[in-house]
Formats: sequence, C-alpha cells, structure tokens
Amino acid sequence: MNIFYHLGRFLTLLGSGFTRPENLRMYWKETLRQMDDIGVGSVIIVALIAIFMGAVAALQFAYQLSGQLIPLYYIGYIVRDLAIIESAPTITCLVLAGKVGSNMAAEIGGMRQKEHIDAMEIMGVNTASYLIIPKLIAAVIVIPLLVTIAACVAMVGGYLAVVPTGYLADVDYLRGLTAFFVPYNVFIMYVKSTTFAFLLTAVSCYQGYYVTGGSVELGKASTNAVVISNILILFSDYLIAVLLTGY
Amino acid sequence: MIRAENIRKSFGETEVLKGITHTFESGKCNLIIGRSGAGKTVMLKILVGLFQPTSGNVWYNDTNVSSLTKKELRQIRMQVGMLFQGSALFDSMTVEENIRFPLDMFTSKTLKEKKNRVNEVLERVQLEGVNKKYPSETSGGMQKRIGIARSIVMEPKYLFCDEPNSGLDPKTALLIDELIADITYENNITTVINTHDMNSVMGIGDNIALLHLGKLVWTGNKKEVMESDDELLQAFIFASPFLQRLRDAAIAK
Repeated sequence: MNIFYHLGRFLTLLGSGFTRPENLRMYWKETLRQMDDIGVGSVIIVALIAIFMGAVAALQFAYQLSGQLIPLYYIGYIVRDLAIIESAPTITCLVLAGKVGSNMAAEIGGMRQKEHIDAMEIMGVNTASYLIIPKLIAAVIVIPLLVTIAACVAMVGGYLAVVPTGYLADVDYLRGLTAFFVPYNVFIMYVKSTTFAFLLTAVSCYQGYYVTGGSVELGKASTNAVVISNILILFSDYLIAVLLTGY
Repeated sequence: MIRAENIRKSFGETEVLKGITHTFESGKCNLIIGRSGAGKTVMLKILVGLFQPTSGNVWYNDTNVSSLTKKELRQIRMQVGMLFQGSALFDSMTVEENIRFPLDMFTSKTLKEKKNRVNEVLERVQLEGVNKKYPSETSGGMQKRIGIARSIVMEPKYLFCDEPNSGLDPKTALLIDELIADITYENNITTVINTHDMNSVMGIGDNIALLHLGKLVWTGNKKEVMESDDELLQAFIFASPFLQRLRDAAIAK
C-alpha cells in the first residue's frame, strides 16, 4: 500500500508541476541556475570517475585478452562500447544521484522546513512547478552532456592506461576505438542518460518536497533520494537494455 | 473582512479545532491568542489556505476560499501577505531580491519600477540602504521588518502574521507591533495576528479571539480584556507572576 501511496503522490506532484509558468523569465533564470549547478558543478567529479572507469576497463580487458587469439586492438573497441552503452550513462548517473540528487532533496527539504515553500505558496507561486520543473529541464539537458563528456574521457582514460605503459601501440588503440562503430549505441546512451536524469531529479525533488520534521528527517529524505534513485536507475537500465537491444 | 464559519480540523484521531466561528474585521488588527497547543497556528494556516479545514468555510469578503481550486486560490493569494515566525526569507537572495520576488513573478513592471517599489516598502519599514545585504547579515528584528516589507510589496488586502514578536527584545517587539498596526490602518487591510505576547494584546488588540483547546472561548478588544471576568482569559493574561502582582496591587489600591 505504501508504495502506491508514494507513487500516487509522486504523480500528483509532477502533474501539478506541469502547468503554465507564472512568469517564463523567472523559470528560465532558475533553469539556467540549475544547469550551472548540475553541469559546471559536476564536470570535475564526472571526468575524474570516467578517466578511472576507462583506465580500469582497458587494463582488465588487456589482462583478460592476453595470451588469447583475440586481437589486442579490441581493447579500444570494448572500452568505447562499454563506455557508451553502459558505464558512462549508468555510473555517471549513479554518482550524480549521490551528488546532485541528495543536494536537490536537501535544498527543497530545507526550504520546506524554513517555511520558504509556504511563503511562496502564499505569494501565489505554484511551488511544485517553480521548484521542480526548472530542475527537471536542467537535468535532462545537462546530464546527457555530462554523460557525453564521461564517455569521451573514459576512452582517454583507457588510452592512458594501455598506450603510455607500452602494452598497446596508440595506432592499435585508435583502430579499436573506430572499429565496428554502431551509431545506434549512442542513441541508447542518450535514452539512458535522459531517463536516468529524469528519474534522479524527480525522485530527489519528491523526497525533499514532502519533508516533515527536523534535521533527522531531512537527512533521511536525502538518503532516500539517493537510494531510491539508484535502485530506479539500475532497474530502468535493465529495462532499456531489454527494450532497445531486443534481447 | 475574513469570516471563519464553524471551522473544524482533525489530524488523525485528534481534533485540533472544534467548530470555530469568528469574523476578522478589515482595517483592524485581529489577534488570535491562546496557550501553546490551543490551535492558533492551525487556525492561521486554515485562514491563509495552507491547511484545508476538515469542515467549515473561510470567506474572504464574498468569496468562499475553502471551496476554491488550487488555481483559483493562487489568484486570491495575490491579495495576501504573510509574515512568518522565522521570517522565511530566501537565504540565497539579497534583501532586495527577496522583496522583489513577488513583483518579478507576478508583475510586468520594469526593473526600475520594481526597484522603486522595493525602496518604498523598505523606507516604510525604516530599513533604507540594506538592499544588497543577505538575510544572514541582518538582525532578527531587521529580518522581521524585511518580512513585513516583502508581505506588503504587492499591496495586499489581507495580512497574516505568525508570532511576529517571537525571539525579539521588548523594544523591537513594540516597534514591529506599531509597524503592523500602522500599515493595517493606513491601507485598511484585514490583519490577522497569531500571538501570545501580552504587549501585543494590550497594544494593538482591536479584535481579539482567545482559543482554548481548539475552542473559541472569548472575543473582545484590548479594553474589554481588563474588564472581563472570564476565567480562562484572566488565567491566560495573568499567567506570569509579575503581572499577577501588578493586578493584585491595582485591586488593592
């Protein structure tokens, strides 16, 4: 029953958010602020994780392929497709659920506790719309861009792990990166990153919006935002994989 | 004028308000007083539309706000200002941005016009020159005055104040009371103040409603407070030993 209660309340909140804005300029300003917060504020952490993600993938495939008949340039090919299809969208969004999602839940929850949301409601502002929609729009624009950066940086990470160490010639790694390229995989990456961006933002905003009580409850809401977002990201990852690959 | 008709509110099994009917008059400071847990805050939140009553109606002049949709209620709220207990100023915005927020959101005025209006209301609350400060850089009393400035910037017909004096020294508390009363009389606003500050009761109590355990037990004005022999009112007003001694001394004379 509890899950249906939350699902109903979540959908109602989203429904009341998607209405005509009171003032488009204010919403646009808020969207830009969120894009800056989510995007610029997360580039370094995303790039840092992606570089190691690519490096580790390259090294482990190099280890697994050693002594086998499979050509070594496949390392570049595997790093590229792994980054595009799976690790860049999924791991980046799992990390962003922790960084951005908890921040959103805490920000909105704090506004609820300090009566900022009530103050806006009394002014006549549709808070479900003003506090959530700019975040959603910003996230679905910026997070796919971050994922794109992550995918590119992961390939650079793979390069740095195997080429300067002398395990693979740079020509071979680059050959692998360009081999068997399927543009549809990039489409899968963007479907995943957009879906994950929507989920982590909507869930985090929902958790923050309905905070009651004090700092303990705010902490719980922030934790719930991360945990639930992560579960939903992994579940939808599987679902998208099934739907878009046809297996 | 605001009229509450037979307002009842329950949270689960607990009935917090038990059928309150009262009229809050325009151009007057209407006080809701009572001990902690009497239901004052719930009553104020119902009047302002943040809570829906379990039963009963709230009328703003001829409009029954309890039956309005959320969208219709938002239109009415353009005529409402509220001063919160903790001021509820947005931390990430400057004082000017805080006050300008409703103007930015709901008017098509130019930036210059909006800035002029902000300066007008800041002057009205005697806080000129704090435009660029952040709320955290101002004192509690200043934050209350900024809160008042923000609540009157749209020229509301109805003003709600939740414990406007809480956490303030007596002198600043009097200043806030005077400010709210002056604004009420100047603009013929229906002001509803939720308080348990005795200075407010005796200073600006034009129309007082005493709540006790969710029931309206006494109504009157500041003059009638001293003349009333209502036990609950007397117990509330003279709860402090200091006031009891003053009353006893006055009776003895």
